[in-house]
Amino acid sequence: MSRRAPAMFFALSIMLALLLMLIPLPQTVAAFKPYWLALVLIFWVLEGPERVPLGMAFVIGLSADLLNGALLGEQALRLVVLVFIVTRFRPRLRYFPMWQQALAVLALLLNDRVLLLMVRAFAGDAMPPLEYWIAPFVGAALWPFMFLLLDDVRARVRSHE
Amino acid sequence: MSLARDSSSASLFSANVAGTLRLIVYLALAVAVMVADRRIGILHHVRYAASVLIEPVYTLAALPSRFGHMVTAAVADRRKLEQDNTRLRESLLLANARINRMRALVEQNQRLKQLLEVQHSLGMDVQLARVVGVDLGQFRHRIVLDVGSEQGVYVGQAVIDAFGVVGQVIEILPNSAVVMLISDPNHAIPVMVERTGLRTIAYGLGATGQLVLPTVPMSADVHAGDVLLTSGLGGRFPSGFPVGKITSIKPDSNHRFARAQVAPAAALERTGEVLLLRDLAPAIGPPQLADPVGPPATARSSMEEPQ
Repeated sequence: MSRRAPAMFFALSIMLALLLMLIPLPQTVAAFKPYWLALVLIFWVLEGPERVPLGMAFVIGLSADLLNGALLGEQALRLVVLVFIVTRFRPRLRYFPMWQQALAVLALLLNDRVLLLMVRAFAGDAMPPLEYWIAPFVGAALWPFMFLLLDDVRARVRSHE
Repeated sequence: MSLARDSSSASLFSANVAGTLRLIVYLALAVAVMVADRRIGILHHVRYAASVLIEPVYTLAALPSRFGHMVTAAVADRRKLEQDNTRLRESLLLANARINRMRALVEQNQRLKQLLEVQHSLGMDVQLARVVGVDLGQFRHRIVLDVGSEQGVYVGQAVIDAFGVVGQVIEILPNSAVVMLISDPNHAIPVMVERTGLRTIAYGLGATGQLVLPTVPMSADVHAGDVLLTSGLGGRFPSGFPVGKITSIKPDSNHRFARAQVAPAAALERTGEVLLLRDLAPAIGPPQLADPVGPPATARSSMEEPQ
């Protein structure tokens, strides 16, 4: 039972991130929408890499593609790369001060954007507009709050047991 | 020093060979899936099969925007609603007056066409659909509608709103459909200039509220303010629907063609209701025989009676 509640919270946070991906924002701020799924996954890898093996990232990415309907495997690829990098640098990232962690998240999200650009280019899509690069900055700016929120809820879930 | 560097092993791949191997396997898998999807479009099949799961998620995701609409409707102040009401009433009156004038013209047009023995223009049937507030990616201009194959929607249907062409259906699920807007960077629509009849193609740019005509001949008589209609070429969009208005035109970088910016006529960024066009008759096959033009039908039937 003690393992059940955190697992539930993990699943819930992923589902929430998927929903947030689909919920439309007003036209003027649409470009500011961060990549929620990536932020949530970074959090969980930092908490404990055994919860998010690469296969899990792959499956989550595939389900996101299924919902999004863009190109099957696109987000799977991006999330696998993201989780792999975070897992590798986890020992260091974990003990970074918050602002450094946010910078690292920015680098990760920018890398993700470059990856997406490559995939889109291979698929024959047009170059995205300049607003394309705003979202990673928004994601990095939101990271401290998101980390604290998720960490707090996780601690509560654990203490509740 | 070198020992310390080795043990920290900063590089991404050297630390754990098994992990790197697993990464490569998953990357290869992802690429294989992407290529398979690109080549044979498995995504549509998988999405159709998984629609039982996908469609409820869409409804759930659309809740906030629906709730937002409800709230704005509830708190919109009375004066504004009254203003809207009078404005709509006036425009309805105007539209009705226009339709009445048009009716005579349509009949005249029909008669003239019959005289010219032109094939009947295809009859048009429309279906109302509501836009579901779901975001399918920021730089892909797509919307989701609340009707699907169960309601008789099919891929390739043209979608319009009260002002002009919105886009076309590119994917269907049992109870929802994905529409590519004309402003999507992958979309092109055959158009003609209303004033001169010049035919060209309008491409989406991936920016809302903007289309482009990249290949207008330099000598063509086109200028800002010209209205574009669908030309009907290509057979996907029926002819004569407004697409947009040219806002500016200037020579392109190598002065071969003029490049015109177009503001779409349809309210692409607004959500609400749209119309799906449906052809009444298939466009394939020999044209129907035109009714002979002559005396009214009653006179003709009485002539045929004796035989």
